[in-house]
Amino acid sequence: MKLRVIYAVALRDIIRFYRERTQLIGSLTRSVLWLFIMGLGLRGSVNVGGDISYTHYIFPGIIGMTVMFAAVQQAISIVWDREFGFLKEILAAPVSRTAIAMGKALSGGFISFMQGCLVAVLGLFLGIRFDFTGVLEMLLLMALAGVALASLGIVVASRITSFQGFGTIMNFFLMPMFFLSGAMYPVNKLPGWLYAIVRVNPLSYMVDGIRGAVLGDQWANFGLLFDAIFLLGFFVLMIVWATFSFRIEGRR
Amino acid sequence: MIENMSETVIQVTNLIRDYDKFRAVDDITFSVSKGEIFGFLGPNGAGKTTTIKVLCTLLAPTFGSTSVAGYDCVREPDRVRSHIGIIFQDPSLDDRLTAEENLYFHSLLYHIPSAIRKERMEAVLKMVELFDRRKSLVREFSGGMKRRLEIARGLMHKPAVLFLDEPTLGLDPQTRHHIWQYLLDLREHTDLTIFLTTHYMDEAEHCDRIAIIDHGKIIAMDILEKLKNSVSGDVINLATNDDALAVQELATIFSVQAKKGKNNVIYFTAPDGESLIPDIIRRLTPRIISVSLKKPSLDDVFLTLTGRQIREEAANSEDLLRSFVRRRRSL
Repeated sequence: MKLRVIYAVALRDIIRFYRERTQLIGSLTRSVLWLFIMGLGLRGSVNVGGDISYTHYIFPGIIGMTVMFAAVQQAISIVWDREFGFLKEILAAPVSRTAIAMGKALSGGFISFMQGCLVAVLGLFLGIRFDFTGVLEMLLLMALAGVALASLGIVVASRITSFQGFGTIMNFFLMPMFFLSGAMYPVNKLPGWLYAIVRVNPLSYMVDGIRGAVLGDQWANFGLLFDAIFLLGFFVLMIVWATFSFRIEGRR
Repeated sequence: MIENMSETVIQVTNLIRDYDKFRAVDDITFSVSKGEIFGFLGPNGAGKTTTIKVLCTLLAPTFGSTSVAGYDCVREPDRVRSHIGIIFQDPSLDDRLTAEENLYFHSLLYHIPSAIRKERMEAVLKMVELFDRRKSLVREFSGGMKRRLEIARGLMHKPAVLFLDEPTLGLDPQTRHHIWQYLLDLREHTDLTIFLTTHYMDEAEHCDRIAIIDHGKIIAMDILEKLKNSVSGDVINLATNDDALAVQELATIFSVQAKKGKNNVIYFTAPDGESLIPDIIRRLTPRIISVSLKKPSLDDVFLTLTGRQIREEAANSEDLLRSFVRRRRSL
């Protein structure tokens, strides 16, 4: 029963994703620009330690960025969809709010995962040598982070009631999350209060885990297992919150 | 339909809905019978959409009880939802999907078994004359076609009540007429109950019964004729071969004060003009050349009750965005 609804909610988003190429091209372009321009531009001046190039160092960070932006954007589209779109139709149907939130988390997770995969392929051109288990670990972390960040996005979307919220979210939420995740530079030299933000930021664990998976274990500060457990825990927390926020919709 | 008129399908008792400090719906009570077309008429911001949202279980009431199709809107929302079809004020189709796909997702959400899905889909699409366009993306549709598709979708799970929130807002007169043909056909051939909101007077005239709502309160509710009669009389125009005598006789026999109008006619107002006319023809001495009768419009009713006319009032930025979306999507 519930699966039918989760399937319907997710399938609709995925069909849209395939038909709407401009969004995909836009987000992939952003990732490529960051990877190559920032990578090549800062290569000479940033010392990340070890024997890898800066471009290789930020490669897991750019995957993280891609997944985060895709997942949160997918979730934020709820705000528009609720007012002028098919989500209204879904909310008016005799289906459980939990199933709707689950379907949304799933589609957000899937779409961000697919975009993450496309960016990961770029690693081949950078000369990154993937091994089999490393790829599996990376895919697992991407999937976990995708559904976790999509659920976070759903929670955020449920708090936004006006359409002006998009820019605010970008500036006050996503950009700090990105910069304080260790995606672009090592974070262990940050002052304590900033480092505290890094430690509660789910993106940090995704970037850390993927870095360990594709560059070697010595690059994962927190350890791959811990990263995966943190993301899983974060996902569970967020999906519960997300379903709850869908349930109280209309009660305010 | 007439024989079912007594069966109550929508019951609203002392409904109140507040947004923070603002009271959008202020203690309204009404009921709608099976097979009726019931219209909620009022200006923007009167509380029409809020009421519809409560009835469709999308908004919890602050106070009062509401039931639809025999189920309580607060305690049994899913049962209410499966017995109603909704056509929202703002578009709610996915325009990246085809007409058929939109209906397919609807059938998943409303648990229409796959065995009858195809046949239902075909029936509703044919009804709104979109069967040939079933494979087209909705974004290629005109505003009117989208509305028709939404009506088809709202009927697919055979609801007991169809809710329409400003169903023809922003559509051209021809399309509006078209959409009303479907609705009136539905009343003719099914026992579907229709609840709609509108701020178009001519649209309200199609309804069996009308509630006029203003500032969250129902200020009048009745069948159309009675609403009109309650407010002001009919205007009767007479052309005679001796106007002066006619005016004099009207005053003495019928005690009405007739005035001279343009084009050699005299006119006066009287309640229940239809039954007065035969009497006038019989009893006036001057020869009557022509008679015409003008019924008061709903505009007159609203004006008399509120001292204002229904019109689009100054919109806030959200409203402007709404109308922009509506226009953009109907291109």
